[in-house]
Amino acid sequence: MIWNKKYECMERKDIENLQLERFNEVIQRVYDHVPFYRKKFDKEGIRLKKIKSLKDIRNFPFTTKSDFRDNYPFGLIAVPFEKIEEFHTSSGTTGKPVVNGYTKKDIQIWAEVVARGLTAIGVRRNDIIQNAYGYGLFTGGIGHHYGVQLIGAKIIPASGGQTKRQVMIMKDFKSTVLTCTPSYALHIAEIVKEMGVDIKNLSLRMGNLGAETWSENMRGEIEERLNIEAFDVYGLTEIIGPGVANECKKKNGLHIFEDHFLPEVIDPKTGEVLLEGEEGELIITTLTREGTPLIRFRTGDITSLNYELCKCGRTQVRMSRIKGRTDDMLTIRGVNVFPSQIENILMQIEGAEPHYQLILERKRGLDELTVEVETSPEIFSDEVKRLEILEGKIARGIEEALGLRIRVRLVEPKSIKRSMGKAKRLIDKRNLK
Amino acid sequence: MDIKQVSVFLENKIGRLAEAVSALGKEGINIRALSIADTAEFGILRMIVNQPQKAGKILEGKGFTVSQTNVLAIEVPDKPGGLAKVLAVLKKKGINVEYLYAFVAPIGDNALVVLKTEKLEEAKKILKVENIKILTSV
Repeated sequence: MIWNKKYECMERKDIENLQLERFNEVIQRVYDHVPFYRKKFDKEGIRLKKIKSLKDIRNFPFTTKSDFRDNYPFGLIAVPFEKIEEFHTSSGTTGKPVVNGYTKKDIQIWAEVVARGLTAIGVRRNDIIQNAYGYGLFTGGIGHHYGVQLIGAKIIPASGGQTKRQVMIMKDFKSTVLTCTPSYALHIAEIVKEMGVDIKNLSLRMGNLGAETWSENMRGEIEERLNIEAFDVYGLTEIIGPGVANECKKKNGLHIFEDHFLPEVIDPKTGEVLLEGEEGELIITTLTREGTPLIRFRTGDITSLNYELCKCGRTQVRMSRIKGRTDDMLTIRGVNVFPSQIENILMQIEGAEPHYQLILERKRGLDELTVEVETSPEIFSDEVKRLEILEGKIARGIEEALGLRIRVRLVEPKSIKRSMGKAKRLIDKRNLK
Repeated sequence: MDIKQVSVFLENKIGRLAEAVSALGKEGINIRALSIADTAEFGILRMIVNQPQKAGKILEGKGFTVSQTNVLAIEVPDKPGGLAKVLAVLKKKGINVEYLYAFVAPIGDNALVVLKTEKLEEAKKILKVENIKILTSV
């Protein structure tokens, strides 16, 4: 089933015409109502005459996360203030939070795109969705809530945390769909096992998981442990929250809802627009948002675009699973490393748990990466050599894949802190200034 | 009945060993023999205790990873060359000893040694032929 056939199955030519028309409209709107954009366009000498081809959008400057900070809290709002009905912010762990203001229409768009995504993975009116994304300023919880309501399915606004209670509700309410971060889904699976609940007694069929980078192997792990189909959802606070893109049943890339969000992929170093299939930083222009429309926003997420038609019938472009972030990309002794790559390797090694942490230190001017991995009770034995063999396997696996020598440290089961939201995978002790 | 050894995974972290043994002490578990295998990153505590099942449960309850292994506990004459003689017998028959450690207290004139091998049953037969006493309980 497709939620909105008119837009999700539009011919490429028609999508492009629509995007062009909407782009010209939003450019005029931000110029007229957001002093930040007016100054920026004027400074760069951009004349606001209508562009005739989507190619010309590359002449417009990027918007960045720091533009949000510089204009905190309300500087990027493009409508009269009384039209704003809701605010959301990023977690703000790295400074002032990003503030996004939504009008009534923005919230309708949000519900629409989340409903499209959930429908694409198979959610129907008779489903019971246990929404374990955090509710509050974070967009994950409320965004999914709006989407489920629009579909007319049942929602359990469980929010994150209190995992035993989550499992009890999951069992007793017969939840069919779980929405949360992938790392929290794994944690729930652990608690299910710990509580001695038989997976077969759960009614869970699928999960719409996102808000952090995860790997194909982690998907396999979650699917096996919870006996569900796990799908990837993508979004970010700056743009709208979850619902920018979502996988369909084919699990081969996430459809970007391009009638609302215009994507490009650039080389993060040069800013140059890359070709289809080339990997780089995702750029998004919001075509329909009223509250805080953004022109060419640098998401910091690494992906590539695929315009081939999907077998599901949707014509909207697919982005690949996020490989990492331009800002969590580690450069260790000249090698670019994403935590997700290491996760992918760990998942392939029997006896290594998917709970890990990366510790980056600088010793005598040299960066050293230590991967801490939990041992499973299954692999543990009385002999040192079996554990050393496991350590060696992990180290070799990573070395082969990344060309980087690292240290592996096995740690006790459940000793790595579990997260209720986004997992913190990297501890950087380098003190770089 | 073979002797059960309790093995515990210890992260290389201050106080972890103390935590494990004090948990056992509080519950009245007596440690009869123990050894620690250590690497740069972690250690394995191996113990012979009076109640291995209960000890395992207590440690698991404290969040330790525990496994139980069958080992041989044998009496060895407490005099120069006593252990060497036993090992020579096993070597001759191609039995590889993975590791070995001693009990805290002797029995009479004999020292007690814990020995781990892959070929447990075979080792038992060989030792019996040589009249080396194998303990069935501690």
